[in-house]
Amino acid sequence: MEKWSLMTITVLLGLIVRWMVSFGSYSGAGKPPMYGDYEAQRHWQEVTYNLPIKQWYFNTSDNNLQYWGLDYPPLTAYHSLLCAYVAKLINPDWIALHTSRGYESQPHKLFMRATVLIADLLVYIPAVILYCCYLKETSTKKKIASALCILLYPGLILIDYGHFQYNSVSLGFALWGVLSLSYDWDLLGSLAFCLAINYKQMELYHSLPFFCYLLGKCFQKGLTGKGLVLLIKIAFTVVASFAICWLPFCTEVEQILQVLRRLFPIDRGLFEDKVANIWCSLNVLIKIKNVMSPQTQLKLSFAFTFLTLLPACIKLTLQPSLRGFKFAMISCALSFFLFSFQVHEKSILLVSIPVCLMLNEIPLMSTWFLLVSTFSLLPLLLKDGLLLAYVVTTLAFLTVCETSFSIFEKTSEEDLQLKSFSLSIRGYIPSFKAFPKIIKSLFIVSVTLMGILTLMSATLTPPQKLPDLFPVSVSVVSCLHFLFFLMYFNAVVLWDSRNGRNQKKIH
Amino acid sequence: MAAAGGSGGCWFLALALGVSLLKCLLIPTYHSTDFEVHRNWLAITHNLPVSEWYYEATSEWTLDYPPFFAWFEYALSHVAKYFDQEMLVIQNLNYSSHATVFFQRLSVIFTDILFVYAARECCRCVNGKRPGKELLEKPMFVLAVLLLWNFGLLIVDHIHFQYNGFLFGLMLLSVARLFQKRHLEGALLFAVLLHFKHIYIYVAPAYCVYLLRSYCFTANKADGSLKWSSFSFLRITLLGLIVCLVSALSLGPFAVLGQLPQVISRLFPFKRGLCHAYWAPNFWALYNAVDKTLAVVGIKYKFLDPEKIPKASMTGGLVQEFQHTVLPSVTPLATLICTFISILPSVFCLWFKPQGPRGFLQCLILCALSSFMFGWHVHEKAILLAILPLSLLSVESPKHAGIYLILTTTGHFSLFPLLFTPPGKV
Repeated sequence: MEKWSLMTITVLLGLIVRWMVSFGSYSGAGKPPMYGDYEAQRHWQEVTYNLPIKQWYFNTSDNNLQYWGLDYPPLTAYHSLLCAYVAKLINPDWIALHTSRGYESQPHKLFMRATVLIADLLVYIPAVILYCCYLKETSTKKKIASALCILLYPGLILIDYGHFQYNSVSLGFALWGVLSLSYDWDLLGSLAFCLAINYKQMELYHSLPFFCYLLGKCFQKGLTGKGLVLLIKIAFTVVASFAICWLPFCTEVEQILQVLRRLFPIDRGLFEDKVANIWCSLNVLIKIKNVMSPQTQLKLSFAFTFLTLLPACIKLTLQPSLRGFKFAMISCALSFFLFSFQVHEKSILLVSIPVCLMLNEIPLMSTWFLLVSTFSLLPLLLKDGLLLAYVVTTLAFLTVCETSFSIFEKTSEEDLQLKSFSLSIRGYIPSFKAFPKIIKSLFIVSVTLMGILTLMSATLTPPQKLPDLFPVSVSVVSCLHFLFFLMYFNAVVLWDSRNGRNQKKIH
Repeated sequence: MAAAGGSGGCWFLALALGVSLLKCLLIPTYHSTDFEVHRNWLAITHNLPVSEWYYEATSEWTLDYPPFFAWFEYALSHVAKYFDQEMLVIQNLNYSSHATVFFQRLSVIFTDILFVYAARECCRCVNGKRPGKELLEKPMFVLAVLLLWNFGLLIVDHIHFQYNGFLFGLMLLSVARLFQKRHLEGALLFAVLLHFKHIYIYVAPAYCVYLLRSYCFTANKADGSLKWSSFSFLRITLLGLIVCLVSALSLGPFAVLGQLPQVISRLFPFKRGLCHAYWAPNFWALYNAVDKTLAVVGIKYKFLDPEKIPKASMTGGLVQEFQHTVLPSVTPLATLICTFISILPSVFCLWFKPQGPRGFLQCLILCALSSFMFGWHVHEKAILLAILPLSLLSVESPKHAGIYLILTTTGHFSLFPLLFTPPGKV
């Protein structure tokens, strides 16, 4: 069967699953006075349509920043404005200033869900298709299988089409960046990534790998000749794209500062809610907020984050390779997620999408990570009433990955890209030979544990003394998994030695 | 999509699991009045004694399926009480709590197991001319996809809400058994099916003629024509016995209670009118349309007297009797005669030139289509009766595949009015 017919069917399947998940509930449905992210997006359409640009990020009588004030960069605001124009054509009540607060109706839900679908179709899905179609050294079957698995990744579907957000836009732009860099179109890649950052500031988690990779490339070409030219061109592209995005705000310094204040709320503290990161998990044992002052917390998180991501980044700068770049994206984003401040659980998507790109190279570990990342979102999904969608999409994802990649058979060291690493380790720990069996058992234990915790969170009520028992357990378990994956991905990239190119040929 | 290891039944299981998961995602979608119909039947069969099942009329959705289906609802009701007791109260009209929706939807998904099994049996009967090495080109795989992922069935069963999955499973299983030369089993399954939902009587002529011609007459003459001397009394007795036993099991209790006329009147409600609420795209729909057009033209050009024309509208979405204004009115008998005439050619072919199971299948499809075209009070869902068996033929020959493509596209398109809400339509 032709590649393009199969790819079309894959995309259609992905779209069907997305649309069906959107039949379910959304964040804050029927919960006045604050509602949730769905209402936030609707509110931004209202604000951007009715108020002049100068007032979008400021606290005024018309724009109460306490009620879902804008806290994403300008591109999100422009996107909301565009959606608002369409909304105005269909039903102006949806975005009427002040009176449309908490507006909920079936047609409106259909409209909002449609905006997510269209944004997805325009940005994210084409990037995935092109990425999979042009994978090197893979058969057609594997390409289609990768595309199917990536499109069926539950985390993104549940957050974008269930909880309600537009992550597919920023992640799509980042993916376009990766795609362009893999073809050596450095300027296009930089442009795409700048657009991603200007859509959601969380994309900064990926900025170091992009920077190190491009810098490394410039060094390789020689800083006195072509490298310098490339560096200047990239710098120019970056500055220009930022300038264009921020143009309306560049008139006054105060505007820019206020936007930055909204984007980086430093005074909000180390963490809010239950997140699967180190600080929240440590909080179970030591009450960090009581022990340390906010400044110390900030410095500590800064230190840990950079300590853990520095090795991969330095290696990338010295030996820029596409493989190293993708792995660096994973490990940097994961370091940020685990150790940074004010991390939201949805930020795990920033790690998941680069991991999706690794599905055909290390199927087992990628599938495992993607399952854990979806599981870490469980408390949020339960709050939104998305349990059924979560269970169904996770089971579907596991089934598809298993049938496409036979993950249970690919557990040898070579399959896990750990050949050099394990060779070094074997000198110290002889029992490392049982590696495949250990990994397989660990996987099964982990999935069973996640299944049990899901069941418990959904059916049992926690004891009165520990009302947050289940969300905290989910967070701690996920955090432990993420630490393990951080070590694993770092091991792969650091021991991915000079034989990096030879290894690729074997596969 | 193919497993790199390539274990045989693996892909079938993946397809079945995939579509079941998809059906689970459809649980919170819109459901039609058919949902309330089945809830009512759960309540009736659970609370009342058998003698009152076909007399109960608190709700407008009275029991109008044969007794086996009533027993099926009875069995389900015993599981239902663990989900939500309130749904079993007859007076709770239009009761649809989350637990009720969850239970009913889950019951449809669960009973579809029979359909999955039947699909597997059908896949075994099918073999293409060129055995493709690619999994995706194998007729078995294509048939599995066409049957398991049939969108018409998904729309009707899992959105609109009905129990067609396992009923079509029974039908496809009986067809598969006939392919496998297990005629008695096929006959038994079909007899049982008839007593689950009598709509399958549309295709009964195909079964009767095929079993009589190809099973009761055990051999053919050299040129393929009928050999009267090979008639086997044993076989026809066995068939008759099967049919009688099944009917006795189903209608027996009601015959003993003297309720047969009531049951028959419930099963065949001829008062319901020529066309269903939303017209099935059949011949009578065209007939009505022409009649209406002529009426409008007639009034405009003053050929007809407006006072003499009845006011009821046929497109109003309600079910009622209606008299045609310009063209002659259509009676149930007329539709029966039209249907009979239209199935004659295929039945004759099956009798005089039997081509084995494939000929039977072609006749079955034609019977289904003819009845759909000319039947009385046909639902648009009845088009599935023709589409699903045609899937089996379409994977074997390109000619049938072409017809299948046209039929499925138009058939599924005609099911769209069943999806009431905009999100469902997308």
